[in-house]
Amino acid sequence: MSTVHELRTSPEIGGVGHSVLRKEDDRFIRGAGSYIDDLTLPGMLHMAILRSPVAHARIGSIDSSAATALDGVLAVVTGEALAAHGLAWMPTLSGDTQAVLATDKVRFQGQEVAAVIAADPYTAADAVKLIEVEYEDLEAITTPQQSLSTDTLIRDDKEGQTDNTAYTWEAGDQDAADAAFAAAARVVSLDTHYPRSHPAPLETCGVVADVNSITGQATIYMTSQAPHAIRTVFALVAGLPEEKIRIVTRDIGGGFGNKVPVYPGYVVATAASLLIGKPVKWIESRTENLISTGFARDFHMHAELAIDGENRITAMRADILSDQGAFYSDAQPSKFRAGLFHICTGSYDFPAAHVTAKGAYTNKAPGGVAYRCSFRVTEASYLIERLVDNAAHEVGMDPADFRSLNFIGADQFPYLSPTGFVYDSGDYHGAMDMAKELIDYDGWRARQAEQNSDPGADKLIGIGIASFTEVVGAGNSREFDILGLKMFDSAELRVHPTGKAILKLGVQTQGQGHETTFAQIVAEELGIPYSDIKVQYGDTDNTPYGLGTYASRSTPVGGAATAVVSRKLRAKARKLAAHLLEAAEEDLEWEPGKFTVRGTDQSVTIQDAAFAAYTNHPEGMEAGLEGVTYYDPPNMTYPFGTYIVVVEVDTGDGTWKVLDMAAVDDCGVRINPMIVEGQITGGLTEGFAKANMQWITFDDDGNCIGSNFMDYLVPTAWETPRYKLGETVTPSPHHPIGAKGVGESATVGSPAAFTNAVVDALRSRGVTNIDMPVLPHRVWGALNGVDVSP
Amino acid sequence: MYPSAFEYSAPGTLDEALSALGEAGDEGRVLAGGQSLIPMMKLGLAAPGCLIDINGLSELSYIRESNGDLAIGALARHADVAASDLVGRTNGTLAAAAPWISDPLVRNRGTVCGSVAHCDPEGDWNSVMLAVGASVVARSAAKRRKNRERVIPIADFVAGPFTNSLNPGEMVAEVRVPKYRGAAGGAYLKLERKIGDYATVGVAAHLALDAAGNVAEAGLALTSVHQHNLKVTEAEALMAGQTPSPELFAEAAEAAARSCDPESDIRGPADFKRAVVAEYTRRGFAAALKQARGEG
Amino acid sequence: MQINVTINGTGETRDVESRRLLVDFIRTDLGMTGTHIGCDTTSCGACTVLLDGKPVKSCTVLAVQADGHEVTTVEGLGQNGELHPIQGAFKEHHGLQCGFCTPGMMLVGASLLENNPSPTDEEVRWAISGNLCRCTGYMNIVAAIQAAGGDGS
Ligand SMILES: Cc1cc2nc3c(=O)[nH]c(=O)nc-3n(C[C@H](O)[C@H](O)[C@H](O)COP(=O)(O)OP(=O)(O)OC[C@H]3O[C@@H](n4cnc5c(N)ncnc54)[C@H](O)[C@@H]3O)c2cc1C
Ligand code: FES
Ligand code: FES
Repeated sequence: MSTVHELRTSPEIGGVGHSVLRKEDDRFIRGAGSYIDDLTLPGMLHMAILRSPVAHARIGSIDSSAATALDGVLAVVTGEALAAHGLAWMPTLSGDTQAVLATDKVRFQGQEVAAVIAADPYTAADAVKLIEVEYEDLEAITTPQQSLSTDTLIRDDKEGQTDNTAYTWEAGDQDAADAAFAAAARVVSLDTHYPRSHPAPLETCGVVADVNSITGQATIYMTSQAPHAIRTVFALVAGLPEEKIRIVTRDIGGGFGNKVPVYPGYVVATAASLLIGKPVKWIESRTENLISTGFARDFHMHAELAIDGENRITAMRADILSDQGAFYSDAQPSKFRAGLFHICTGSYDFPAAHVTAKGAYTNKAPGGVAYRCSFRVTEASYLIERLVDNAAHEVGMDPADFRSLNFIGADQFPYLSPTGFVYDSGDYHGAMDMAKELIDYDGWRARQAEQNSDPGADKLIGIGIASFTEVVGAGNSREFDILGLKMFDSAELRVHPTGKAILKLGVQTQGQGHETTFAQIVAEELGIPYSDIKVQYGDTDNTPYGLGTYASRSTPVGGAATAVVSRKLRAKARKLAAHLLEAAEEDLEWEPGKFTVRGTDQSVTIQDAAFAAYTNHPEGMEAGLEGVTYYDPPNMTYPFGTYIVVVEVDTGDGTWKVLDMAAVDDCGVRINPMIVEGQITGGLTEGFAKANMQWITFDDDGNCIGSNFMDYLVPTAWETPRYKLGETVTPSPHHPIGAKGVGESATVGSPAAFTNAVVDALRSRGVTNIDMPVLPHRVWGALNGVDVSP
Repeated sequence: MYPSAFEYSAPGTLDEALSALGEAGDEGRVLAGGQSLIPMMKLGLAAPGCLIDINGLSELSYIRESNGDLAIGALARHADVAASDLVGRTNGTLAAAAPWISDPLVRNRGTVCGSVAHCDPEGDWNSVMLAVGASVVARSAAKRRKNRERVIPIADFVAGPFTNSLNPGEMVAEVRVPKYRGAAGGAYLKLERKIGDYATVGVAAHLALDAAGNVAEAGLALTSVHQHNLKVTEAEALMAGQTPSPELFAEAAEAAARSCDPESDIRGPADFKRAVVAEYTRRGFAAALKQARGEG
Repeated sequence: MQINVTINGTGETRDVESRRLLVDFIRTDLGMTGTHIGCDTTSCGACTVLLDGKPVKSCTVLAVQADGHEVTTVEGLGQNGELHPIQGAFKEHHGLQCGFCTPGMMLVGASLLENNPSPTDEEVRWAISGNLCRCTGYMNIVAAIQAAGGDGS
């Protein structure tokens, strides 16, 4: 059932539910943020990378003499030089290997071949142009279908690898699904490609590696969403003692999954700093960012639904082929090779499902990162929401009604899904009803019927819905790990004698406002004003170990850790208060910020208790008011919502624009509603981008198309729709403050809504599918029955 | 992503600029708004040895009427044209195109003459200029006075992709757009995927009517669907003297779709682009006609 | 070549290579890192500065071209220790998340408001359409700029 969170603190305290302004903004609005490229260390050198111009080739010779001879150049590093130190290859976060600098072959256009270290970036760039490399071209494999049917072996470096399969995986119950399909009244299917895209945060990736050759201390400043995990990987790759490695992440100009993996540039810069004994900076150019680091999606999906005579879904089958690029470098939990794709049964109640997945190596950039997404949930949600729309039309029902008929009911939670998830809580009908009302669904349907009925109409209206269910907040640590590191997260809280506090986190902000929201959680639990709480993160020497921020895990895991550690401190504060008030602990009543002896007006504030912890603590009690919690969530959280989009399609040129959009999100309790809404409007816009214009593709030779912002399109304010937002609140029953995480919902849910809307507009003209991005030529092709690939 | 090294000079007058350009020879390149040249240099697609920066020539920042024509100096920026009342009053095609050139910040730097000189087949201005029958005033520091200025019809100026017909030592000092007697209107329709995107298809339409309301002059030119901006002379000829009507515009549209030669690429197959050329030609002339008739 | 640039009201004289981009001059030579770099195709506007009062992309202007001109960066938006209204409005209206696009957005917004103190939603969106934001979805940026104009709506 939907409830609204009751405020328990004043705006000055700023606990959960208050839209307090962000503390971090004060530096950003003055241009005083400290992003990686803003860092200059004494004696710092600059690195530039030479990249392969071709997709697949054997490397002949590399001649770097002219580059080395250039004034200002200190060194040219090649794969061979790295190999001498055992650094030519590194592990990926999904247990594969990836070349740091190519030694044998290049396997994608843009792969790292050599690096120049120079006194300034202009010289480094000049020198890169002077390196000569001989390439013997090999067949470029550019699709996973081609990859699985060719004899050309992409990963001939891997022992035991005899074909181009990167992984295979399945979930669900095949027999049960097959039986349901055999008994179905109807079967509806969909083949669709979720195109390759890229998180493309406005700031690219970068590193400043500073290895002290005398002490062996390596301080590595980098754009990382997961500094602790990266430190461990560095220790494993470079064989450096882990205590000598300090990863520092400063302000990050957006991450969205791009800044989770370890990239070759980080490793080379660190190796170069170690060898030369000076700090080395490497900042990715936008082109490098788009062609070599962190692509996402690229899923070819086939799926079908079995439907009974009463229009109820009875089963789903899905078969997936993912294009992994040259190295399998997703960050996937080791148990789940296709991530959490098996959440693809979505918001619907049916007993049987079977999912098979296979990944193929291709001569394309590696990645497969979860771009504003929790391990492939985006692809899964898109698939079911597109398929359900088709099913509704197939059975002749309104897509909203068909969804409502098949939703999991609010009374069915916790709900065991046919692929094994236990959904924690939900009220799907509530979100649907609110979205319909917000947008005047019936009104739009009426207008659509009128406008589209004219066979000559050149402007058609379409209405698209997506009622997504997400699964976020990995893990529990029984099932979830990255490279064996269990997916818990941590918080360390210290209240100083004067009642001010410092909170240290294992998760990492990239613009989500952690300095504010995490302080609000402490404020809620302890009644200390949020403005008195400093939040620290991103420095492995000074924060507790954590797995970092991606897959919407900050609030579900790091936020829970913060609440739990605050409660630990509150328990101690209660003892201190009892001591000060000379009362029994049981006789104290707590309201945020204060203990009162029941039935009296005698009270002690949290600040008093904190002061006593250092000045006047009872005998036998340890001094201080601090603690640390490593939180291992009992389950994931399942945010959900319904998005409804109205578009108008111009049949003359294939363009479409959004006339109206309503987005109802339920992410449980909202800690800071203003920030939550910001996450949603941002995420909706990234979803719109993917549906409307944004993708990376390749020509037959493996040349990347989409290698800069002229080709990889990011919408401006002009194209971006305006959104109407709505909220329902169904708290997570197992999360200490009932929150679920919201960073990704809108990117996960909205692409299907946009695409469904355009397809809906063209239904009367016989169209049932258009793949994203739904570009004008694809609309035109669908309308005119012309195959327009790509 | 940095330009290669080059010599740089920033003359203060047109004469100084012309003599610097003459002296620089083959290595010399005019730097106007820099919104095409600098990106190309950063991406390594251009590496001129010597840049002559004309941004100091404030004498060339004009947009004015001269002898009845509209004259746009080499330092008039896209934003100046977009904001110009004079342009708005006198030429519907120019006025319609200006806001859709790249983005607001690029428009604050980039120049119309620079675009014209650049001859990018995806650039919008040359289609506009071809449709309205503009001419280019080229200047140089030639020895003989009579060789120092040439007026080149735009159709002769656009010589190929990224190729104009300037001689070494010459620069574009001005573009001139003729003024029409009687009622005229124009439109520029551009299919772009977002602000800042070059045209997938661009159509410049210009229509002048005679006293009887028939077509005195039609201009039609296309962006991004040919090796260079394409003037559709067949359509222009078939419309001349005719009574404007949807059927006439449809005929022109067919001629346009036939004449162009788009490539299939990431922005769509050739047939799609042809279809949009036809659609926009119809829409463009319909809008131009409305404007010429004072209907808005 | 020696250049003299008035940056945020202060004259700065430096020797630079002719190929040096204005953005690198500002960030590296002058150490003012509030101006950012987000692309290499003049597409994103993270590098926006005001050149003689008009917003331009400083990654696509040579430092030598700023010789004798006035440049305003985010560091110069406020005056005499006071924030510019647009800075407060961006915070107040949650017009930023990661903050990387923010200096550019605020400079464009401030320049728009100089000429048009109460712009409509459309006018603001048009004005900032040379600047990309990957985080916010723009709604709050638009609201912040409108509010800074005193319109508040
Ligand atoms: C992100 C972005 C998007 C863009 N989108 C579009 C678009 O949609 N449509 C469009 O039309 N353009 C677009 N452009 C290009 C922009 O309009 C440029 O301003 C224009 O192409 C060139 O003008 P400029 O003054 O900047 O010339 P420059 O870049 O200075 O010069 C371009 C070329 O012309 C030469 N040149 C310049 N001026 C003269 C002269 N007076 N005489 C002789 N030669 C000269 C130069 O030597 C150089 O070879 C875009 C640019 C960017 C960065
Ligand atoms: S850095 Fe992107 S436009 Fe200048
Ligand atoms: S706030 Fe991150 S790019 Fe705009």
